[in-house]
Amino acid sequence: MAAALALVFFYAPLDASQGFVQKIFYIHVPLAILSLCGFVFGGVLAIGYLRTGDRRWDMRSYVAIHMALIFGIAGLISGSIWAKASWGHWWVWNEPTLVSFLIVLLLFATYQPLRFSIEDPERQSRYASVFAIVGGAFVPLNYIAVSEATAYVHPRVLTLGGAHLPPSMGLTFVVALLAFTLLYLTLWKYEMAAKNARAQVRRLRRTLLGDDSVRPVGRSAAPS
Amino acid sequence: MSALFAAAPAVPLNSTAGRYVAAAYIVVLLIILIYVAIMAMRAQRLERELDELRRDVEAARAARDEQPVLERESV
Repeated sequence: MAAALALVFFYAPLDASQGFVQKIFYIHVPLAILSLCGFVFGGVLAIGYLRTGDRRWDMRSYVAIHMALIFGIAGLISGSIWAKASWGHWWVWNEPTLVSFLIVLLLFATYQPLRFSIEDPERQSRYASVFAIVGGAFVPLNYIAVSEATAYVHPRVLTLGGAHLPPSMGLTFVVALLAFTLLYLTLWKYEMAAKNARAQVRRLRRTLLGDDSVRPVGRSAAPS
Repeated sequence: MSALFAAAPAVPLNSTAGRYVAAAYIVVLLIILIYVAIMAMRAQRLERELDELRRDVEAARAARDEQPVLERESV
C-alpha cells in the first residue's frame, strides 16, 4: 500500500487533461474492480456450498460479498468525489457505467436483508448461495453490456481490448491494484479467522458445558 | 527523506483539485479504518468470550472434582 501511494504521488505523471484530480483514479478504479471481482468470488464460493453442503463455503461466500460491498461503497464515494471535481456533478444519471455499478451494488446490498429474513440456517445458506451465484453471474454480463454501450462522460481507460495508459501510469495502476487486492484478501482472511474462532468457541462451550450454556444468537444475517 | 519530499510534487491543498484528491483518499482510508476498528472490537469480544469459557470450564472441573469427596463424606 505504501509503495502504491509512493508511486501515485511521487512517480506517476500528472494527467494532461485532468491534472492532479486524476490521482483519484489510482484508488477509485482498483476499489471498483475489486468490488465487482469480490461479488463474482462470492458467487464462486457459493457454488462450493451448494456442491458440498459444507457451511464453511457459505461463510466464505458471505465474507467475500460483505468485503466487496465495503470496497464498492468506498469506490462509489471516491468516484463521486472525482466526478464532482472533473464534471462538476456528484452523480450523472445518464452514464451507463455509473448507473450499472450502482445497480450491482444495490443488488448485493439486498443480500444481507435476504439472509436476515430467513430464520432456518440451512435454508438461509441455500437461498443466499443461489442469490450469490445469480448475482455473481450478473456482474460480468453487466460489464460486457456496459462496455458495449455508448459512453457519455465516464472515461473508458480499461476495456476488453486492453488498458489505454502510458507505461508509468500503467505501472502505478498495477501496483495500486495489487495493493488493494492484498488488502481485500487480508481483510477477508481476518474476518474468516474471526468468524471461525467465534464458531469454535460456541461449539466448545456446547460440548463442554451443554447446550444451555450457549446464549441463543437470535436471527442473524451472518452464518454461524 | 527531506530531499525526496522537496523533489516530489506536494499535494496542492490550496487548490480545488488538491482538496478533492485529499477528500477521496481520506474517505477511503476512513472506511477501511472504521472496518478495522469494528473487527478489533469483535476480536475483543471474542477474547472476553474465551475468558468466560475458560472460567466456566474451570468451575465445571472444580465441581466435578468436589463431587466424589462429598459422596464419600455422605457414605
